[in-house]
Amino acid sequence: MSEMSKIVRTISNIIFPFIMIFGLYVIAHGHLTPGGGFQGGAVVASGCVLLIVAYGSIWVFDRIGIGKLSVFESTGAVGFIGLAFLGLILAGIFFKNFLVGSNIIFGNIPQTLSTDSNFNTAGVLPLMNFAVGVKVIAGLFVIVLVMAFASCSKEWKK
Amino acid sequence: MIFNIPFIAVVAMIFIGLYALLFKRNLVKMVIGIIIIESGVNLFLISLGYRWFGENGGVVPIFTNAPSEVVNNAPQSMVLPVPQALTLTSIVIGVAVLALMLTLVMHIYKHYGTLDVRKIRRLKE
Amino acid sequence: MSIRTIVAAVTFTILAMFFVFTALYLSFGVPKATQMDDYIILNTQKETGTNNGVTSVVFDFRGFDTLGEATILFAAVSGVIMIFRRLKK
Repeated sequence: MSEMSKIVRTISNIIFPFIMIFGLYVIAHGHLTPGGGFQGGAVVASGCVLLIVAYGSIWVFDRIGIGKLSVFESTGAVGFIGLAFLGLILAGIFFKNFLVGSNIIFGNIPQTLSTDSNFNTAGVLPLMNFAVGVKVIAGLFVIVLVMAFASCSKEWKK
Repeated sequence: MIFNIPFIAVVAMIFIGLYALLFKRNLVKMVIGIIIIESGVNLFLISLGYRWFGENGGVVPIFTNAPSEVVNNAPQSMVLPVPQALTLTSIVIGVAVLALMLTLVMHIYKHYGTLDVRKIRRLKE
Repeated sequence: MSIRTIVAAVTFTILAMFFVFTALYLSFGVPKATQMDDYIILNTQKETGTNNGVTSVVFDFRGFDTLGEATILFAAVSGVIMIFRRLKK
């Protein structure tokens, strides 16, 4: 796909950091407010697709190789399974929440039926949210980029 | 007063999707019909877990900054959380199936030159 | 009208009767079995340490389903890249 006019490129330059910050906020506060890994990952992937539409898929494909994005996605998947196996090694049950009640990181426990919100709670859940968020961002971005690049190659124009 | 309107909407969505899947000849329109059926099933799954309470209905099961009358009647005033988790998984599975379906449609168009279902019948060389 | 249209119309009518009967028979807003969800809502903050009931179900009480879902996303992305590999010479 070819690129769009100068006005569209300037506005998408201005608005892309705000979309990314909002998406990372939704991923990071998944244990306090509605949201989490999958929802925040979809928001950030929509911001990246805005860049593909504004700048053309050929320009983006030459700058960002598929190899780096594959490493990005594999990091998210390995991190998620690694946290599950850490629960098996350290505490004896697969997927056990081994950081609740301990004082390493994210260890507080809120009182029953209280309405305060403390970021330092919920054990291994924020780390799992980050791993799944990275995986969803890389996965959706690669799908749209490969389809947009393959639809304008030389063999299609008859 | 509401009287089962979400369930009737689910039946309408499934029938619109079935009509588009069975009576249209373009491949892209059949893919859209499959997606409409999948959206109707997601709506059905999430409207099975609703619970009436008081005059405003049930609230999402989150304790951060909740009003005091919701926290005092704790399990009866909140919506069931398990169907919402299952709907999240179902939406992600729908996205994965849609990506693979559209990739195969693009390859069929490159090979045959047309998207009419009645003309794509033999394994052309 | 051809035979195909008549058979399709009859099938649609029979199916619509089954579906509409089920939609009017279900009770909206009064679920029948709520013991598991009441236990989850009352014990979320003590066993998991989070205020969010839905996230604790997705990642802690039923984390194995999330593992399967991550595998499906990975398989879909690798399938899309594999089919388009011949175009990038």
